[in-house]
Amino acid sequence: MTLDLLRFTTAGAVDDGKSTLIGRLLFDSKQVFEDQLEHVAEASERRGGEGALDLALLTDGLRAEREQGITIDVAYRYFATPKRRFIIADCPGHQQYTRNMVTGASTADLAVVLVDARRGVTEQSKRHAFISALLGIPHIVVAINKMDLVEHSQSRFDELAAEFSAFAEGLDAVTGRRLPETTYMPISALDGDNVVERSAQMPWYQGPALLELLEGVDVAYDHPFDRPARFPVQWVIRPGAGIAAGVNRDAPAGAGAADPDYRGYAGQLASGALRRGDEVAVLPGGGRTRIAAIDTYDGELEEAMAPMSLTLRLEDELDISRGELICRPEEAATVGRELEADVCWMTDRPLRPGERYVLKQTSRMATAIVDRIEDVVDVHTLQRTQPAEELALNDIGRVHLRTSVPLAFDPYTSNRRTGSFILIDQDSNETVGAGLIAAASA
Amino acid sequence: MAIATRPQLSHLRALESEAIHVMREVAAEFERPVLLFSGGKDSIVLLRLAEKAFRPAPFPFPLMHVDTGHNFPEVIEFRDRRVAELGERLIVASVQESIDQGRAVEEQGPRASRNQLQTVTLLDAIAEHGFDAAFGGARRDEERARAKERVFSFRDDFGQWDPKNQRPELWNLYNGRVKKGENVRVFPISNWTELDVWEYIDSEGLEVPSIYFSHERPVFKRDGMLYAWREGTELIEGEEIFSETVRYRTVGDMSCTGGVLSKASSLEQVVLEIAATRITERGETRADDRVSEAAMEDRKKAGYF
Repeated sequence: MTLDLLRFTTAGAVDDGKSTLIGRLLFDSKQVFEDQLEHVAEASERRGGEGALDLALLTDGLRAEREQGITIDVAYRYFATPKRRFIIADCPGHQQYTRNMVTGASTADLAVVLVDARRGVTEQSKRHAFISALLGIPHIVVAINKMDLVEHSQSRFDELAAEFSAFAEGLDAVTGRRLPETTYMPISALDGDNVVERSAQMPWYQGPALLELLEGVDVAYDHPFDRPARFPVQWVIRPGAGIAAGVNRDAPAGAGAADPDYRGYAGQLASGALRRGDEVAVLPGGGRTRIAAIDTYDGELEEAMAPMSLTLRLEDELDISRGELICRPEEAATVGRELEADVCWMTDRPLRPGERYVLKQTSRMATAIVDRIEDVVDVHTLQRTQPAEELALNDIGRVHLRTSVPLAFDPYTSNRRTGSFILIDQDSNETVGAGLIAAASA
Repeated sequence: MAIATRPQLSHLRALESEAIHVMREVAAEFERPVLLFSGGKDSIVLLRLAEKAFRPAPFPFPLMHVDTGHNFPEVIEFRDRRVAELGERLIVASVQESIDQGRAVEEQGPRASRNQLQTVTLLDAIAEHGFDAAFGGARRDEERARAKERVFSFRDDFGQWDPKNQRPELWNLYNGRVKKGENVRVFPISNWTELDVWEYIDSEGLEVPSIYFSHERPVFKRDGMLYAWREGTELIEGEEIFSETVRYRTVGDMSCTGGVLSKASSLEQVVLEIAATRITERGETRADDRVSEAAMEDRKKAGYF
C-alpha cells in the first residue's frame, strides 16, 4: 500500500465541536478501535451522558482535560483511508493556547476551522484563520458546523461564509502573504452530515464532503521540482573519526567497518530536489563544489527530493559542518545576521528589546539579540499596533533581531523550513518563541 | 539523464525520513545518547532506522535493555543475535540486580510483576552511565496519554514527566538543551501507527522474535487475558493451564503481557490481521494499562518509559 501523507489541524472554540468532528472522522472511517470506544462510552456515562457517545472524549487524553471537559494540549490522531494516510493535530481553541495552535499549524498542510452555525463567526475562529494563514498552511476549510441546529439553512450558511470571507480578505495585510486557498463547507459533526458522507439534509450544497476533500487536496511535497533545493547539514558521517562523544569505542570491528576516508553530509532535504553532479554552494561559508554521490542506506540515488533524508558526498574536500546549508548557486538562500521576523511568544516572561536568546534555524544555532519590537498583533482586532515595548505570552509581533553568526535562510512565505526558527531561553532552556522570517534587515 | 517519472514519496518513506532526521538531531545535540532496545517490534524498527541514519559509521550511542528477568526467552535470544549482527554495544540493565541491591522491592502474590520496577533500574542506569537522551520506540497511537507526547519528552532529575511542562515542537526544530542531570526520552516513531510498524518490518525484511507469530504455548486465563505460564508462575485458585495457539501483539514482561488467539503465522498474515483489527494493541494485551483510566499518564509522571 503506498499512500501519501496529509497533516491537518482542527481548531475551534471549546464548544464548536472540533473534538466531536475528529471523533466522527475516526468513527466513520472505522479507525476507532473497539476498546477505545468502550472506554469512551464508560467515561461518557460516568460524566452523566445519556448513552449517546461523546465522541470528543476519544481525543481528550490527559486526566486534567478529561476532568475539565476541554482540550488543553495538541493531541495527535492517526487514521487512513484507501487513498491517503492522515495525521490530525487537534489544537485547543482558547486564546490562552495560541502557542499550541501555532505548534500544530507549523507542519500542517491544511486547517479545518470550525464555525458554530448558531453562534456565528467568533473572535476565536478568526484568530485560528489568522494563525493558519500566518503559519503558511496552504489550504483552509471553514467548516460551518451544527447545521442541524439551524435547520440546515442555506441562507445561514451563505451569510456566515460571506462574513468569514470578508474578514479573510483583510488577512493578507496583517500576515504579509497571499491567502490560503479557502473552502466553505456546511457540516454537522454530531450527525455526520458532510463529514464522510454527503448530507441528504443539504441538497443545496454541491461541494465535496470533508473527507473527500481531505483525500484529494495537494500535499506540501507534491511538487518538489518546482522549488529551490535546500539541504541543511545535520550530521557528518565519518567512520574514520572514531573519537567523538558517545561513540562506543569498544564496538566490535564489524560495526560500520567501512572506508576510513568516507565523509558524508547527512540531512533531510527541506525543499526541492538534488541530482548527482549538480553544482552546489555551501552557505553561509560560500564554498562551491559538485555532488559526487547521493547515498542512502539502500544504495546510491541519481536524484533525491524533499522530504527524503540522505547523505551527500561532495567532489571537493570542503570543511563543512552541521548547520551549513547546501543549495544551488543560482537559487541560493539569503545570508545575513540581521532579520525582521514575526515571533509568537510562548512563555510567561515577556520579550523585551535588548534580551539575548539562543536561536535555532534548520540545524544552525546562534545567539540572537532582539533590537526592537516593531509591532504587536492585537488579538481581538487582528491588526498590527505600533509601537510595542514587549511581547507577552501568546502575543505575535514583528521583531528586529541580530544574530551572532550569519544564517542562511529564505522568507517564511517562500519556505517554511528555512524561514522558521525557535528562540530558546539561555537559562531555563525553555522554547520561548517561534519565529517566521519576513526578510533580511537592511 | 532524463527523469522519467516524478515519484511520490509514500507515507512510509516520509515517516521513515522524519524518524531518521530525529535520530540525527539527537546524535548531534546530545553528549551521551542511548537507544533502549527491548527486542520488541518498535525497537527493532528503531535499529533499522539507526542503520539508515548513521551507516557506514558505527552508531554514536550504545544500545540498552532493561531486563526484568521475566522476558520471553525467544526475545532474549533474538536480542543477542541481532546485536551481534549489527556489531554494536549492548548494555543490559538488570532489574534482578536492582532487587538484589535493595534498590527495588519485588512484588508479591500471583499478580506480581516486575513492570513497575523497570523504572528504578532504568533511572539508575541512566544516572550511572550519564545518558542525557534515550531513544524509545513509543508511538502516539498506542494509548490515550501518549497522544499528547512530544517527540522529545523531558524528564526531570527524578525521571518525572510533567504534562504541563513539555516544550512546543514546531516545524522540525527540536530543542534538546538540558541541564546536568536532566535527560530526554526521544520517540522517533511517534507518528507511526501499529500497522505502519508492521508494514515497515515487512518492506525492510526485518526479523522479529518468533512470539509475534502464532505458536502453541501453555497459557492460563486471568482477567480476560491469556498469560503465558512459565516455571514459577503463581496461579490463583480456579485457574488452569492449557495449551493454546496464540501470538503476541506487543512484547512486554511475561507477567503482564497477554497473548491473543491467532493463526497468523507469517508477516503477511500479521499485517492483514492488524489491518482488520478493531482493538488497540495495548488494550488487548497490556494489563499494566488497565489499572485506571489514567494509568499510563501516572506511570510517565513517575518516570516510566
